Amino acid sequence: MSAQLTGFAYLASSVLFIMALKGLSSPETARQGNRYGIIGMVIAIGTTLADPSVVSFELIIAGLVIGGAAGTIIAKKIEMTALPQLVAAFHSLVGLAAVFVGIGAFYNPEAYGIGTFGAINTGSIIELSLGLAIGAITFSGSIIAFAKLQGLMSGNPITFKFQHMLNAIIAACIVMLVITLVGGQTEGVFWSLAILSFAIGFLIIVPIGGADMPVVVSMLNSYSGWAAAGIGFTLSNPALIITGALVGSSGAILSYIMCKGMNRSIVNVLLGGFGGDTAAAGGASADTGDKNAKAGAAADAAFLMQNASKVIIVPGYGMAVAQAQHALREMCDILKAEGVEVAYAIHPVAGRMPGHMNVLLAEANVPYDEVFELEEINHEFATADVAYVIGANDTTNPVAKTDPSSPIAGMPILDVEKAGTVLFVKRSLSPGYAGVDNPLFYSDNTLMLYGDAKKMTEEIVQALG
Amino acid sequence: MNSAAIQEQSATLATNAAKLAEEVEKLAQDASQLIDVQTAAATMDFLSLFTIFVLACFVGFYVVWSVTPALHSPLMAVTNAISSVIIVGGLLAAGPADMDFSKVMGFCAVTLASVNIFGGFIVTQRMLGMFKKKK
Repeated sequence: MSAQLTGFAYLASSVLFIMALKGLSSPETARQGNRYGIIGMVIAIGTTLADPSVVSFELIIAGLVIGGAAGTIIAKKIEMTALPQLVAAFHSLVGLAAVFVGIGAFYNPEAYGIGTFGAINTGSIIELSLGLAIGAITFSGSIIAFAKLQGLMSGNPITFKFQHMLNAIIAACIVMLVITLVGGQTEGVFWSLAILSFAIGFLIIVPIGGADMPVVVSMLNSYSGWAAAGIGFTLSNPALIITGALVGSSGAILSYIMCKGMNRSIVNVLLGGFGGDTAAAGGASADTGDKNAKAGAAADAAFLMQNASKVIIVPGYGMAVAQAQHALREMCDILKAEGVEVAYAIHPVAGRMPGHMNVLLAEANVPYDEVFELEEINHEFATADVAYVIGANDTTNPVAKTDPSSPIAGMPILDVEKAGTVLFVKRSLSPGYAGVDNPLFYSDNTLMLYGDAKKMTEEIVQALG
Repeated sequence: MNSAAIQEQSATLATNAAKLAEEVEKLAQDASQLIDVQTAAATMDFLSLFTIFVLACFVGFYVVWSVTPALHSPLMAVTNAISSVIIVGGLLAAGPADMDFSKVMGFCAVTLASVNIFGGFIVTQRMLGMFKKKK
C-alpha cells in the first residue's frame, strides 16, 4: 500500500470515529454511530496489517483471538450495575497497552522508523516517554478505581501525612527523568520512569473517596485518550492522534460535568479526602431529637400515588444497589395505566458513572423519553403531586441552597420539596455520602417509607394491584 | 580475435547489461519506497501532527458537548473502545520477522487492546439496544 493510500485510510477511520461520537447525540442515531466506530477500527487495523514492515502474523492473530474472545465474553456477561468497574478495568488495559507499545518502541525503534536503539530522535523520545508515563498512570489509577468500585478495597479515602508533598516530589522526578532520557537513553532511566509513573497513578487515586469515583472514572477516560495521542505522536500516526484527542476531550468534559454536578472543583476532588463511610459518622447523627419524621407504609404510598395526577420518580444509587429498577418500572406501569403522569428525574451525579442511572432504567425497559435531566424537569416539581425518591438523598437536600457552610453548598439539587408530597424510600434517617443531615426528612409534606428499595416498591405494587 | 570469441563476449556483455538493468530497476523501486516513506515522514513533521492534534481537540469538544447526557455511559464505553486504536502501535511492534523482546511487548499490547476493542464495542451495543422509545 502506498504511503498516500495509507494516509487516506487512517483519515477515513478517524472520520468514522468522529461520526461514532456524533451518533450519540440521540438514542436513535447512536446504534448506527457505534457501527461506524467498528468500521473505523477495522479500517485502522487492516491498514496497519498492510504495512510493509508487518510480515509476521502468528502472534498478531493469537493476540487478536485471545483478547477478542476475552473481551466478548466479559462484555456479554457483565451486569449493568457493574458497568463503572468494567469501564475502569477497560481504561487500565488501554493504559497498559500504551506502556507495552512504549517499551516495544524503546527497544526496537526501527520498527517505527524513529531511530535506532539508544539513539531515538529527540522529538520521538519525548513523545514516547510522555505516552509511557500517561499510560502507566492510567493503568495504576484505573486499577485502584476498579478495586474501589468493585468493593475489593474500602471506598474510604486513604490519606497520610505529607501525601501531597510525596506526590509533588514524584511528579518532579518524572519530569527530571524525561529530561535525562533526552540526554542519554539508558534502560535504567527508562524503567525508573515507568515505575515512578505507575506509583504516582496509584498514589493520586487512593485518597479519593468511593462516591467521587464518577469523576475519577471520567478523568481516567481522558488520560487513556492522552496516552493514545502521545503514542500517536511517536508513531507519526494521525489516526491515533485524532482519536486520542477525541477521547481525551470527551473524558475531560465528562469530568467537568460531574464536578459541576457536585459544585466542586476538579482540584478539590483530586486532593481527595472527601466522603467515604467515615465522613458520614461525623456531625451526622446530630440533634435529631426534637425533630420528628413521619413514617408511612406501602399502602399509604400506593393511595397517594394512585390519586395523584403527576408523579416524579427520583432514583439514586441506592435504587441500583437494591436492584429495584424492575419493580419500579412495574409500579410506574400500573400508575400510567390508571392515568397518572409519570416522569423520572436524573441528577447529573446519580449513580457511579456519568449516565449510569439512564442505562439502568433503560435496562428495566423504562422508555428514554420519560427520563429527564435535572435542568429539564426541575421546574416541574412544583406541579407534581408526589415525588418518589428512591435511593437518593444528597441530590435532593435543600441545605445545598440554604447553608453556605455545608459541604454540599451550591450543589445543584432536584427541588423535590416543591412537590405536594415527598415519599422517601430509605432504610433509615442516616445522612448520605456527604454526611449532611437532610431537613426534608422532617418536613410536614414528607412521608418516610423505611425499608429496602426493592421490597418497598414491590409492596407498593401489591397495594396498587 | 575470431568471430566466435566476439560473439561470446557480446553475449556476456548482454547478460551483464540485463543484470545491471535489473539492479537499476530494483534500486529505483527501493528509492520510490524510500520516497514514499520520506514523504510520509516529511508531511508528518511535528508541527503538522500538532496542528492535527489541536484541531481534533476542538472537534472532540464540540462533538462531545452535543452528546445527550442520557448516553454518557455509552459514550465512555465507546471512547474506551476507540482509544484502543493504540493497537496500531502493538501491531507494528509485533509485526517484524525476528523474535525479540519488543515483539513480545507488541503481542501483549495487541492482546490487551483487543479485549478493549471487542469488549468496548459490544458493551456499547448492548447498552444502546436497551434505549427504547415509549410504545
